[in-house]
Amino acid sequence: MTNGERSDSIVRGFALSSVFWLVVGLVVGLWLAAEMIFPALNLAPWLAFGRLRVVHTNGLVYGFTIAGIFAGGYYLLEKLTRTRLAFPGLAKAQLWLFNAAIALAALSLFAGMSTSREYAELEWPLDIVVAVLWVMFAVNVMGTLVKRREKQMYVSLWFLVACVVTVAVVYILNNLAIPVSLTKSYSAYAGVNDANVQWWFGHNAVASVFTFPILAMFYYFLPKSTGLPIYSHRLSIIAFWSLVFGYLWTGAHHLMLTPVPEWIQTVALAFSLFLIAPSWASVINGFYTMNGNWDKMRSNYLVKFFILGITFYGLQTIQGPTQAIRALSGHLHYTEYIPGHVHMGTMGWVTMVISASMYFMMERISGREIHSVKLANVHFWLILVGQLLFTVSLWIAGIVQGAMWKATNPDGSLMYTFLDSVAAMYPYWAVRFAGGLLYFAGILVFAYNLYMTSRSTPGTKWSAASAAGSRAACVPSGEPG
Amino acid sequence: MNFNSLYEKPVLFALAAVVVISIGTLVTTFIPLFLPSTQPANPLFKPYTAVETEGRDIYIREGCNNCHTQTVRPLRTEVARYGDYSRAEESAWDRPFLWGSRRTGPDLARVGGKYPDAWHYRHTPDPTSMFPASNMPGYTWLANTKLDTSLTARKVAVLGSGYDGPEVARQLADFRQTVTAPAYPSALVRSQVTPAPLQGEITELDAVVAYLQKLGRDLKASQASAAGPAAAEAAESKNPYAGKPAAEEEGKEIFEQNCRSCHGDHGAGGFGPKLATTRHKYGGTDADLFASIAGGRPGGMPAFLPPLGKDRIWKAVAYIRHLEREGR
Repeated sequence: MTNGERSDSIVRGFALSSVFWLVVGLVVGLWLAAEMIFPALNLAPWLAFGRLRVVHTNGLVYGFTIAGIFAGGYYLLEKLTRTRLAFPGLAKAQLWLFNAAIALAALSLFAGMSTSREYAELEWPLDIVVAVLWVMFAVNVMGTLVKRREKQMYVSLWFLVACVVTVAVVYILNNLAIPVSLTKSYSAYAGVNDANVQWWFGHNAVASVFTFPILAMFYYFLPKSTGLPIYSHRLSIIAFWSLVFGYLWTGAHHLMLTPVPEWIQTVALAFSLFLIAPSWASVINGFYTMNGNWDKMRSNYLVKFFILGITFYGLQTIQGPTQAIRALSGHLHYTEYIPGHVHMGTMGWVTMVISASMYFMMERISGREIHSVKLANVHFWLILVGQLLFTVSLWIAGIVQGAMWKATNPDGSLMYTFLDSVAAMYPYWAVRFAGGLLYFAGILVFAYNLYMTSRSTPGTKWSAASAAGSRAACVPSGEPG
Repeated sequence: MNFNSLYEKPVLFALAAVVVISIGTLVTTFIPLFLPSTQPANPLFKPYTAVETEGRDIYIREGCNNCHTQTVRPLRTEVARYGDYSRAEESAWDRPFLWGSRRTGPDLARVGGKYPDAWHYRHTPDPTSMFPASNMPGYTWLANTKLDTSLTARKVAVLGSGYDGPEVARQLADFRQTVTAPAYPSALVRSQVTPAPLQGEITELDAVVAYLQKLGRDLKASQASAAGPAAAEAAESKNPYAGKPAAEEEGKEIFEQNCRSCHGDHGAGGFGPKLATTRHKYGGTDADLFASIAGGRPGGMPAFLPPLGKDRIWKAVAYIRHLEREGR
């Protein structure tokens, strides 16, 4: 394909939108982290923690991550099918509608129009807009796949298709509601069923937004940026189907020790532990791909993003399932350990992979080399150290908190009041804020570097020879004996 | 059959993916929708009143569920801290459910009836005035806003709460009558936090307090008070720490952490009665005081036997006696 046949402007639009919402979401996140320490910062109704937290999660899940998925998804879709998007005009409209929807979503959540359902807080009119956007995306993905000029669909495309169908199914079924007015609705489900459906959604939103499409990018951009074929195609197949099958059983591990029927909890626990295997299949695929080529960690600035990213994915997928075990859930659930866990996934795995994928795409779209490799390295170290400070401090905080809630005197009475456990958190919250600040600094460097790269300037032509292995085939090979 | 062809047929592949994600969905989510265990009906658990419904929607609007859970797990320390563990039928009327996923603040599933209304009128707009170490935001705007009841009848109809528009209007009028009457037990604190033009109206804060006071009450009403008999059983008539200065000193610390926010500095009184006195409503012997603290009393005295234990309650009693001697 020549440049004129690619949807470069659409990919660039989604990539820059993604980074814009990332910065906005992080500003909100920093404010929240400060409010935890200084409640006086809850200056106005729309700045109060309860509303702001929802703006933060939605802004980053839907604004940053979904836009990143649209950018990376469309880019690798065209490459792997050797076909132009089926409906470029539709994708253009999708870009504008998407940004309008995210802005509206933020405003509505600031105003307190929330359904309270975690990661699905948007009220029903915006849910419809989200569904329309998703249909636009699905039509382009499936249409391009049908038109494709490459016979075999590579593993990234499987994960992309899984993302498309899973988001559609879980988002629509979870958000069924009966409207009362334009800005208010009540869930179609009640009580225990509402909880069970909501966490079936909540967990599979993690599957279909933070896992499948990010893996799609990992499986495409890692071999492309290293010139090394993925270690095992067979492992990819096993990993894909068992992951997609297993994920949907585990929602109730968010509901351990609640009134949800015990058998549903136990099934969720069993499948959570089972999921370690397919998750780690991708980790093994990533690590073994690098076999004998670990020097690329130093010589190729992108590789360390992918390898650290998949490392955090590996840690995340051990930690998550263990949290389903009732004894650990009893100690850790509802504590700061859980936000610590979530942020390792988002700041470690998701951000690392999206960052490197965007650098890679932007070089090719702009036809030039990255603005500054040095700045990309600064970006890497800042988000790595920031994320570790953030998550590790919250894990320790959560263990302390759980222990204080459980501590008893010899006569069986409670050793600490709830407020004692709050007072013990302040030092950890301070470290968490510092970690967030470092991470944010790294993201600002990323945004600057990416923006400068996106402005095509003469004299810094990108050439195939300069990016090691840009012609790496994505065909499966290297099957182990 | 050659499975490799699956990776050459995108539409078939997408359908296969839908089938694969549907299996777990069917078993763990769809089939349970229709099981009796997920929708237990029990006439003891009642739908929310009109005002409680509005209060619940403000709770949702402000995102209270981001910091407060509403489900007590069946763990010994959790039951001691909050009260009996949560049952499925308690949530039967909840659309949406509000179990939450994080406790930056304590669980609220059993907060109904634990404190008097006045406690919430003071605490919700200004938590740090009562608990300096708290990081809860001050929800100052609730008392300054008249409750919008234009949609209440529709909400109740959509929720299927089982009563009609005229009944909604009657409930709202009754509630307004109750909270604006001079005889309302929490009238003083309510008037302190409510701006003058709204004194005679239902405010958003009134609705939130009504909702909070509903949480867990149906369960408590359906059971005989567990703390009552336990407290009576635990009560020895004599305080082992009576007149021991070291125990009184410990009692002071226990008092300041657990009792001061309601009974005031040195038991001078607040939401709860003055304690540095010899006239106690439920009797003034050591055994009476123990029973009040251990088992709680109607109108907002929580039962402290589960979290504090016998030993610390006796020390608190010793401190109260010390206050009486000081005659503050």
